[in-house]
Amino acid sequence: MKANKMEKKIDKAVDPLERRRSFLTRLWFWLAAVALAELIYLITSFLHPRKPQAGRGEFGAVIEAGAVDRFKPGSVTAFPRGQFYLSRLDDGGFLAVSRTCTHLGCSVPWEEKEKQFACPCHGSIFDISGSVINTPAPRALDIFPVSIENNIVKVDTAVRMKRSVFHKKQAVYPQKI
Amino acid sequence: MPERTTLRRRVWQSVFPVPIIPRTEQQRRRYFFAHLVLHFRPATVPEKTLKLSLTWGLGGMAAVLVLLQIGTGLLLKFVYEPTATAAYESIRALMTEVPFGLLVRNLHHWCANLLVLVIFLHMMRVFFTGAFHPPRQFNWIIGLLLFGLVLVANLTGYLLPWDQLSFWAITVSTGMLEYIPGIGGELQETIRGGTEIGPATLRIFFAVHTAVVPLALGLLMAFHFWRTRKAGGLVVPRAPKDDPDPDPVRVPAIPNLLVREATVAVVLVAVVMMLSVFFNAPLAEPANPGLSPNPTKAPWYFSGLQEMLLHLHPTFAVFIIPALVAAALVCIPYGNYNQNIDGVWFVSQYGRHTALKTAAAAIVLTPVLIAMDEWMIKPGRWFIDLPPQIGRGLLPTTLLLAVAVGVYRLVKGRTSAFRSEAVQAVFVFFTVTFVVLTITGLWFRGKGMLLVWPW
Repeated sequence: MKANKMEKKIDKAVDPLERRRSFLTRLWFWLAAVALAELIYLITSFLHPRKPQAGRGEFGAVIEAGAVDRFKPGSVTAFPRGQFYLSRLDDGGFLAVSRTCTHLGCSVPWEEKEKQFACPCHGSIFDISGSVINTPAPRALDIFPVSIENNIVKVDTAVRMKRSVFHKKQAVYPQKI
Repeated sequence: MPERTTLRRRVWQSVFPVPIIPRTEQQRRRYFFAHLVLHFRPATVPEKTLKLSLTWGLGGMAAVLVLLQIGTGLLLKFVYEPTATAAYESIRALMTEVPFGLLVRNLHHWCANLLVLVIFLHMMRVFFTGAFHPPRQFNWIIGLLLFGLVLVANLTGYLLPWDQLSFWAITVSTGMLEYIPGIGGELQETIRGGTEIGPATLRIFFAVHTAVVPLALGLLMAFHFWRTRKAGGLVVPRAPKDDPDPDPVRVPAIPNLLVREATVAVVLVAVVMMLSVFFNAPLAEPANPGLSPNPTKAPWYFSGLQEMLLHLHPTFAVFIIPALVAAALVCIPYGNYNQNIDGVWFVSQYGRHTALKTAAAAIVLTPVLIAMDEWMIKPGRWFIDLPPQIGRGLLPTTLLLAVAVGVYRLVKGRTSAFRSEAVQAVFVFFTVTFVVLTITGLWFRGKGMLLVWPW
């Protein structure tokens, strides 16, 4: 039985017609694999999200928040179209805090009385700097880069920065004149 | 010399080569081969499988509900506008301006919800009558896939009205994907069509809901029915002490099976109709990305998952535990069971006792653990020094696995004779736990997701 198989194998290797046929069979196989790869590429490129163009003053663009003096230390101002809060810390530093809860993406409202962000979905609580006071949120609220030019506060909402806790160097301070 | 016939008769016979209503026994037998839809069914069925207490008509109900969904869904497709700006208004128009629009929407809503429930019960029936053993192993897997598809259909349909309810439920549900290690972020962005829920998400969900799911559902259902036929029909029910009958008495499927199926279908349609007349499908305010309602709850079939999220680290609640459960479900039919239990409810007398005991244990234990976490572990800040992945992830998951092993060992004893009973006990334990979690999330969670009494 075994010898028989061996013989066949040798025959296959020697017979040019058989060799050509097995080459063609293999070729079909590889062509099918290439076609499948192309199909998969096609499907993924159709499914791949396209970057939307952000309009002026909309989320995804640089947003002018206003003059430095408009924001009192210890206050939080909402920018609904930019999807962030501008927090001015007690020491005068600015922080653009994302309104999206880091737990599962609900929008967190600012509670003026308790001076905290409280997520209505699963009860996470954050302080004015966005640090977690109460779980289940795993990390502090994301921030957007703040820049101050000519005493005007600007926030770049295209760049979302993740962080685990608040550090003082995340805040931006107006230059003393 | 061919017989002379009228034109009317020739046309009729070309469309219906066999009589529409079979009168003789022979015609009845031929009926299945001659009709496209019915040829899925066997010509004869074992008489004992006709008993309502075997199937409760659940598989048939699921099929009827899917047909109703296709019918009502097609109608809705003519009114609904799948864009973020127009979707909500088109639903409003459907409910107020289109004749019977409200009823058709309600029907679609209630059938969708009932479908989840009916498929869950069907799965329970199949498990507890041992109908996942060879030759039905792979059909169990197809059934799991069908269940998954129905959940996808429900979830994608949930977003389409584009109201506060759908917007935030989908935000939270897709937010869970972020916690899948490695590919989570990418996967989430693909499904949302961007970093957040927006017009792209609606476009994707609409395509999945109205094209991908129906097509896949149709193909898989045909496969499911065909495998059932190839397995020789349903499991033949018997008492624990009886031996399996190798050659059960068979009766013609027409009228025996067909009449019973039609009865179940008619009663089901009546029930769904009543529900749809008296209870409207909810529609909240239009979606507002800036304002999450309090509380924001997941759809009811995910409220067990939502409840787990309140207690466990997200990576464990949305990925590790569901992955373990899915793997266990897939593995169930491929275990090495050395007894034939096809058609016996709950395996044996011993199986009935142990199933009852584990169910009782889970009913008591789950609420106790929930209350403990809510009022002792969380406020007492236990394990606060441990990283959350361990304190609220690895630790409770290990505990859960230990319970599974414990239940298995306890029921199985020293021999391998009770393996089926042991697997069943573990299945019962986790199923009841999940049901209790679902009920807790659904009715016992109020504002700020705090525990409340529902009355």
